[in-house]
Amino acid sequence: MELRKLTDIAIGTVATIDSFTDEETSILLLEMGCLPGEQIEISNIAPLGDPIAIKVSGYKLSLRKQEAATILVR
Amino acid sequence: MNTTINIALIGNPNTGKSTLFNALTGLNQKIGNFSGVTVERKTGKLNLTENLSASLIDLPGTYSLYPRSADEQIALEILNSTKNPDYPNLVVVVVDATNLKRNLLLLTQLMDLQLPLVLALNMMDIAKQSGIEIDIALLEKKLGIPVVSVAARDFQGVQELKNAIVKQYENPKLASTGINVHAYAPEVIDEIKAYFHIENDYAAFELAHHYHELGNLTQEKKDAVEAIGLKHHFNVNKTQVAETIDRYNFINEILSDTVSKNKPAADETRSNKLDAILTHRIFGLLIFFVILFAVFQSIFNWSQYPMGLIENAFIGIENTLTAILPAGILTNLIIGGILPGMSGVLIFLPQIAVLFLFIAILEDTGYMARVTFMMDRLMKNFGLNGKSVVPLISGIACAVPAIMSARSIENWKDRLITIFVTPFMSCSARLPVYTLLISLVVPNKFVFGFLSLQGLILMAMYLLGFVSALLAGWLLKLFIKTKNKSYFLMELPVYRMPRWSNVGITIFNKARTFVMEAGKVILAVSIILWVLATFGPSKDFDQINAKYAASIKADTTQTSILTTKMNAEKLEASYAGQLGKFIEPAIRPLGYDWKIGIALVTSFAAREVFVGTMSTIYSVQGDAEHLDTVREKMLEARNPTTGELTFTFATVMSLMIFYAFAMQCMSTFAVVYRETNGLKWPLIQLFTMTAIAYIAAFGVYQLLS
Repeated sequence: MELRKLTDIAIGTVATIDSFTDEETSILLLEMGCLPGEQIEISNIAPLGDPIAIKVSGYKLSLRKQEAATILVR
Repeated sequence: MNTTINIALIGNPNTGKSTLFNALTGLNQKIGNFSGVTVERKTGKLNLTENLSASLIDLPGTYSLYPRSADEQIALEILNSTKNPDYPNLVVVVVDATNLKRNLLLLTQLMDLQLPLVLALNMMDIAKQSGIEIDIALLEKKLGIPVVSVAARDFQGVQELKNAIVKQYENPKLASTGINVHAYAPEVIDEIKAYFHIENDYAAFELAHHYHELGNLTQEKKDAVEAIGLKHHFNVNKTQVAETIDRYNFINEILSDTVSKNKPAADETRSNKLDAILTHRIFGLLIFFVILFAVFQSIFNWSQYPMGLIENAFIGIENTLTAILPAGILTNLIIGGILPGMSGVLIFLPQIAVLFLFIAILEDTGYMARVTFMMDRLMKNFGLNGKSVVPLISGIACAVPAIMSARSIENWKDRLITIFVTPFMSCSARLPVYTLLISLVVPNKFVFGFLSLQGLILMAMYLLGFVSALLAGWLLKLFIKTKNKSYFLMELPVYRMPRWSNVGITIFNKARTFVMEAGKVILAVSIILWVLATFGPSKDFDQINAKYAASIKADTTQTSILTTKMNAEKLEASYAGQLGKFIEPAIRPLGYDWKIGIALVTSFAAREVFVGTMSTIYSVQGDAEHLDTVREKMLEARNPTTGELTFTFATVMSLMIFYAFAMQCMSTFAVVYRETNGLKWPLIQLFTMTAIAYIAAFGVYQLLS
């Protein structure tokens, strides 16, 4: 299955984290429980269009689109 | 024999760590700072057995031993050095039982440091309700460390936790994860271990990562670790990625047969439903502004009555002391310097208490995280961060606690800009100044029959403060360069009811910090100002004394009027008066005379002093309670040479603008000095804000006159 950026999937779609495109950001994301193989879902988007809230590892995390775009999902 | 041991409480943010800390220690807490840094240090005393007690230290919440903010750095600093006075004999790791996976990352790091640990599974009650089953016995067996289930908000499991602590202290069971840390960088770890004479692989690995930010290492040691890293091409990022992934694999294995979830969590579903409304495109913002407006209204409305009480209490004390103390210089110092100084601090306590009541509720329920989430996009444009919202809102009451709350911002640039712009927000010390000045020139009329014109102007001043804060942030963003990328990663915790004891303790602690921090400075400055305003060249003072002594004798019925007149003349002749005259040429273009100059000088340390000084200058026994009398005198005041009114519309507007921008607050200066670790930023802040104040006031006066 082809890889897409997390920011390209629709709200409510459950995807699986595949990899990251930015090493520095990936460290922060890994620590927060965004691990390859983990299920991820965009839960909602802030009123001004950014940041977004995601569901991952059993909790809700918010991050900017800039960071979300470094997460590749399948 | 009573032994006291050090116990550290550590955990992720939002795990109920503070609640557990409060449950363990009650009000038996001491708030201070960690040595050398300004991170709040909370300790409390805990009695374990008849002859064993503990000093419990609440470490700032952190997700891992890789710190991102000044707050998180502390845990690393303490756990890294056995010589640190706070180095624990035992660590209690608090985790949120409803969110075990991410919470356990930190635990695995601590396990590999071979510290004696007790794992406290907090919020077990909520986990049960959410259908999460945890096999505690199996978890304890697999981890190899004591595990205790607690529900801190109901004080459940607290005694069991104490028992586990005692047992673990007397007969420690250590366990490691078995993750081969050594394999990440064998040469580096071996050489660091040899250099520092340590045994633990993970401790050495930690040093390789964090040596440059550890305050307890000498430069020589830092250089040595750096050299070892360079020699073996130590890759900071790659090794951390490998470590984190291995740790999560370990955690997944641990959790695979110890935790099961048999139904969708009810509170999570409810939380998502709430989010759909509270962070909705339109309603979300609308609700936020309504809440903001309510907070704003309450700060002023609810605190009016207690503020009046405090004021009256001080007037009472003043009268009593005047009556019982012998007349003299010491009495004058107490009544004219120390008492007004103290009341100047305490008068703001109600507003601060109300503000933190709301902030504590909003934070405790999880709503504040949503505010941060909603406002980040807007704040980003101005060099700020969603997390800057809390400091900016707090700035409406007082910049001192507001600036301290900026510590949670990870990115240094974002945090610095937040610290820099927060004093632009209209704090409560500006309120009496605005109220007095507005009453001078704005008629007490209503627009559309219900909107008070004076109120509208006051609101405009608050808006001006907010807009200037944003503009200043935008400008600073262009000037401050940083290597660190700005990012925003924040947990959105499940909505919960506020825990009232936590709210109460927060208010109490914030109020105490304010009195201690701001209080010291304001009190000291009040005394200095009193000296400046009371003393002057003795020749001039003698003349005034002689002149009035004669007339008071001649007409004893006029004593009190003559005394106030004499005081006004003395103020003019005092050092403060001379300073006012000295700066008059500089402030004339802004529309001020030397009398206003005195008020500028005296209110340099704290804005609210303006009203008191005005009443002294215009020879009335006035204070905030007697605004009307000061107001009348000021309205009548005329320039003795030209006969023109002193307080024209242009002058008053120019003064308001000056007070909106100038950083006339010693406490803010002091707190910025501490938070930025140096004089550079508070000085830049002082000069730019004063310059902006001067230029803007000049512009306004020239335009209007």
